[in-house]
Amino acid sequence: MLEIRGLAASIGEKQILQGIDLTVPDGEVHAIMGPNGSGKSTLGYVLSGREDYTVNGGSVLFNGLDLLDMAPEARAAAGVFLAFQAPIELPGVNNANFLRTALNAIRRAHGESELDAVQFLKLARAETKRLAMPDDMLKRNVNVGFSGGEKKRNEVLQMALLRPSLAILDETDSGLDIDALKIVADGVNALRSPTFSALVITHHQRLLDHLVPNRVHVLARGRIIRSGGPELARELEKSGYADVLAEAA
Amino acid sequence: MSIAQHTGAAGFLACYDALKDALPGDPAVRSAAAESFRRLGLPGGTSARRAEAWKYTSLRPVAEMAFMTPTDAGFTVDLTGSTAAFSRFAADPVFGPLPRPDRDPLVALNTMLAEDGAILRVPSGLDAGIVRIDSRGHGTNTFHPRHAIHLDAGAKLTVLETTSGTGTSLYNVVTEITVGPGAHLTHIRLQDASTEGFHFATIYADIAENGTYDSFSLVLGGRIARTEIHARLAGPHAVAHMNGAQLLTGNQHADFSSIVRHDAPSCTSRQTIKNVLNGRSRGVFQGRIEVARDAQKTDGYQMNQALLLSPDAEIDSKPELEIFADDVKCSHGATVGELDAEQLFYLRSRGVPEDAARAILVRAFLTGALDLVTDDAIRSELEQRVDAWWERQAA
Repeated sequence: MLEIRGLAASIGEKQILQGIDLTVPDGEVHAIMGPNGSGKSTLGYVLSGREDYTVNGGSVLFNGLDLLDMAPEARAAAGVFLAFQAPIELPGVNNANFLRTALNAIRRAHGESELDAVQFLKLARAETKRLAMPDDMLKRNVNVGFSGGEKKRNEVLQMALLRPSLAILDETDSGLDIDALKIVADGVNALRSPTFSALVITHHQRLLDHLVPNRVHVLARGRIIRSGGPELARELEKSGYADVLAEAA
Repeated sequence: MSIAQHTGAAGFLACYDALKDALPGDPAVRSAAAESFRRLGLPGGTSARRAEAWKYTSLRPVAEMAFMTPTDAGFTVDLTGSTAAFSRFAADPVFGPLPRPDRDPLVALNTMLAEDGAILRVPSGLDAGIVRIDSRGHGTNTFHPRHAIHLDAGAKLTVLETTSGTGTSLYNVVTEITVGPGAHLTHIRLQDASTEGFHFATIYADIAENGTYDSFSLVLGGRIARTEIHARLAGPHAVAHMNGAQLLTGNQHADFSSIVRHDAPSCTSRQTIKNVLNGRSRGVFQGRIEVARDAQKTDGYQMNQALLLSPDAEIDSKPELEIFADDVKCSHGATVGELDAEQLFYLRSRGVPEDAARAILVRAFLTGALDLVTDDAIRSELEQRVDAWWERQAA
């Protein structure tokens, strides 16, 4: 699914990713943990193509495609989805129209027919129900006036509708109560299949209780310094990053 | 009637000299207007001094252009959706008291040369539906239509004025409006003239007690365009909305100037003007709210926003408040910005191609203005024009 080799990236003068090596096989969920400022969000942005980062080393293969060579919309069409840590507000853009435009753009890129408003609403309502979202979230402007939890759920709604093959969840669990956390985890678990993988960026073991990862990686100072099974997340939850960081130094 | 090609303020005056015996209406008004025009000239043209009202807009390109005087009226009126009484200025050439040719150079020019115009009257209590006035400029022709709209007490009317055209024609329309007590005029203007041409509209509206003048101007055309609205809230609880959007590209220059005078207590004025500026275009907003000593409980609001799509585009904004009453609520604001990079990336990360993502954000920016058009059919017509404009930008 995803093969990252020696990935280095900077923003302005600041080097953030210092050579990341990471392979996510088909059908696996990998967690990325690490202290603040270690480059976790940058990794998500670089994989989805945000232009203010400069990639200055390494390669990323996504299902055989050279991801770094593609525009953000082409990556989305190929199946990459980033759930934003701080979802962007779009005043003046109706959420339902936004979701349908996105879904139809991806369907078009796949040579599939576009959904009309009626077909789309039927699909969207089924998903909002599953995510326990109020119906009026479709009528409101994208993320405008949404609570923190509603914004995160709106990200999961987009993921559910766009059905990516690689989902990158950037602290989608932060700011969520236990019930919302479970709904988000269920949303990802519903997509789990041999052709779906996820990169879950999180600070907390909590989410990983519901969304059990195949592997856990610790990112620090722009490098992956340790990898392990799900037990690594529990160990970090208990003793913090100090030991791992000391070990790597 | 057609005469030879003419250039500059002197050319317009020569036109007047050649035509004056055939022009309809009071010759004394015409010659006074000619005197004013001789004195005022074309702002930024030959005369060095520039009135404050023309601080950001020069008509030098008009002064340098050769024009023909037209052989047709330059507009058609569609009354199929309306019961308003219609007559033509050519047959009923009355110069009303509101326009000020002694102060406003383009109004002097119009008063000097106007040959025709649409006059609409709605008697009291009648909802007279919708009238469409379509204008089309072409070649190097000049048009100076003189329109008038009069609503008696409790009357209601919607006027949809559209302008299209080709070439470097000059369109200089003056409209005089009276809104009677409790009457309601919706005035929608869709200016999609040639981007090589010149389009000027000066509107004077007097609004009586409980009356409403609700206007929206969508400005897409004109190498130089100016919309100038003088609204006077003459009776208590009168309302004036002067909203609009200007979408410009290339070397276009569009000026939206308004003077709202609150002469009576408890009146409301509202303005939201949005500018989308591409290429080397320049948008201008001048808004002035005057509140007379007796106009207590005035509620005035003015907002001018610009979205710059190019580093070479420019917006000039000059809001002014002149308040002599002490119990008023007046506010104004201006913002200027570019398309938000984070919003653009968010849309693209969802698979929306860059052009489409930009279109969505431009439309979103305009939403706050277009939503002020309450008639669904008209709003949708304006939205289609906005979309078509955007498609021309992307092409």
